Amino acid sequence: MSARVLVGVKRVIDYAVKIRVKPDNSGVVTDGVKHSMNPFCEIAVEEAVKLKEKKLIKEVVVVSCGPQQVQETIRTALAMGADRGIHVEVSGKDSDTLGPLQVSKILAALAKKEDARLVILGKQAIDDDCNQTGQMTAALLDWPQGTFASEVVLEGDKLKVVREVDGGLETVRLRMPAVVTADLRLNTPRYATLPNIMKAKKKKIDVVKPSDLGVDLTSRLEVLRVDEPPQRQAGVKVETVEDLLSKLKEAGRI
Amino acid sequence: MYIKLHYPFHCVFFKLHYPANSLYIRNFIPQTIWAVKFIGVMALASGVTLRSYIGKSFRLIFNRIQKRGVASCIDPSVGLSDEQKEFQKVAFEFAANEMAPHMAEWDEKEIFPVETMRKAAQLGFGGIYVQPDVGGSGLSRLDTSIIFEALSTGCTSTTAYMSIHNMCTWMIDTFGNLDQRQRFCPDLCTMNKFASYCLTEPGDGSDAASLLTSAKLEGDHYILNGSKAFISGGGDSDVYVVMCRTGGKGAKGISCLVVEKGTPGLSFGKKEKKVGWNSQPTRAVIFEDCAVRVTNRLGQEGQGFNIAMKGLNGGRINIASCSLGAAHACVQLARDHLTVRKQFGETLSNNQFLQFQLAEMATRLVASRLLVRQAAGALQEDRDDAVPLCSMAKLFATDECFTICNQALQMFGGYGYLKDYPVQQFVRDIRVHQILEGTNEVMRMIISRNLLKDS
Repeated sequence: MSARVLVGVKRVIDYAVKIRVKPDNSGVVTDGVKHSMNPFCEIAVEEAVKLKEKKLIKEVVVVSCGPQQVQETIRTALAMGADRGIHVEVSGKDSDTLGPLQVSKILAALAKKEDARLVILGKQAIDDDCNQTGQMTAALLDWPQGTFASEVVLEGDKLKVVREVDGGLETVRLRMPAVVTADLRLNTPRYATLPNIMKAKKKKIDVVKPSDLGVDLTSRLEVLRVDEPPQRQAGVKVETVEDLLSKLKEAGRI
Repeated sequence: MYIKLHYPFHCVFFKLHYPANSLYIRNFIPQTIWAVKFIGVMALASGVTLRSYIGKSFRLIFNRIQKRGVASCIDPSVGLSDEQKEFQKVAFEFAANEMAPHMAEWDEKEIFPVETMRKAAQLGFGGIYVQPDVGGSGLSRLDTSIIFEALSTGCTSTTAYMSIHNMCTWMIDTFGNLDQRQRFCPDLCTMNKFASYCLTEPGDGSDAASLLTSAKLEGDHYILNGSKAFISGGGDSDVYVVMCRTGGKGAKGISCLVVEKGTPGLSFGKKEKKVGWNSQPTRAVIFEDCAVRVTNRLGQEGQGFNIAMKGLNGGRINIASCSLGAAHACVQLARDHLTVRKQFGETLSNNQFLQFQLAEMATRLVASRLLVRQAAGALQEDRDDAVPLCSMAKLFATDECFTICNQALQMFGGYGYLKDYPVQQFVRDIRVHQILEGTNEVMRMIISRNLLKDS
């Protein structure tokens, strides 16, 4: 198949890092903090590379939006087996307000431009937990979507996706081209091997501006304030069951 | 009830990282309280609940122990190129996911983790500085040091064996002819076969040039007689790089032969019982009229000692790097312990003496790391000062890192002495780094010789 897959990856604060809120409550401290690829995006890249190894698709193109540093994340994806990368350069104020709507517009434009048959994304990013980009991208492209995928099988020109939903597992069959978002149990991302890391250096990363794609980046959302979760309050010890009931009534719990 | 609520989380936290018998009730309660406080502090601080189960469940917990992204002054990725940072990242992930969960079990049961090492070889860790045409990764000495330092945070003993295996593979790659390289290196790079380095004898340790194992030429075979002591991997390895005497006395009479397991006349002593390095077997290697083809000789007759020493220069950087990894892990473990353990009404991290001691540990670590990396660069460029610099790096790093790990153990108090906690294993594993690949006393000999030689 001569199909091309577009995989979106996001550079987020590493999941093992202790998050700190900025003193002015405008956001979270990101300077000097360790960043890495969103874990769900790793799973998405792995799935795309697996499809390529099964010879079901021809080329894996990795896309990331943001400032210069996202090129590190694209390189990691290239080291895992992607063929080439596209860095959509968004810097300064625009990168702070970059949200699912803007990214999905960019991905939709790129999917059309690159003539992609399949767009695979992580189900959500671990910094904002939006779980919107995949769905919005599918809507903008008017393509079918298979979200929370725990299994993806290519059957000719149809895609069978097993989705993890609240009620259990749901199997859907989608016509291609389609958008899939990866959930935790889709696969286990491989380690990049040393030879692949060295090969990744030679792979191409194209730099594109959102204006080249005709995308308007203005955000309709404004972050007013970011706070840490409230500190855990001390409990109160009571002597008798009656006391407990009256205290619970006071607090409006019963 | 307190214990039960957190049991699944605690169970995963302890069962995988520490031996299963730690779940006996007597030890259970203080450990549970420690674990719950530790996890509780982490949960409060991290806020978003998604983070508390994201990642491949166990991986999250071990990465919290490995504490990635904490304490920038000891960050081992400072000053590295992007590519080197990628290598380091893969090595750290491999160490955290594939090695750290098993390190205690490998030590206790003396398991030689063949499958895990083969997985590492698939990533290219079997012949890191071996040339690519025979299956190696073709990286530099500095890249190698970075990789072993990261792997060592997962299991120092296993990483140290991997470094010895790499050293032997490099020796065959560098000094072997095309036939020998093609015969041995591909299998060694994939760790389909394992290698051991045989120089030390019962009567010849530091005085290696006076070794006695003889190799008499008879037709197209050398007949080996003698024995080697303390051979890492001995008995389990498939390929033995043996330094033996083909000529007269002294270093110039020594040649290097590759002996394969299964050769008649090759046998092994009993598996030694060691204080540490328990995930690799150590045995005596015995030659009794063992016939080895002349085509298995690396280089010329009389070149053996030279080959052995050149191998050891890199080996010393690798061993020093393993010490660095263990010390790095211990500094992070100690740091976390200080923020959790309370005495006299406050956390230990408020105690000035312990703060100062932690600072000293961090300083020793960074200083050692700089010297090791400098030596790696010198060796790569084959500079004149490479040999004494490698000796300095091995001497300094192994001594300092042992001090760091020992101090970390002290900070853990009584818990540091229990096998349920990993600090004691790091201490036991790196103690031998001050002894092998040239004792630290021999390192001083090499350095002083360089200082005092006639210019």
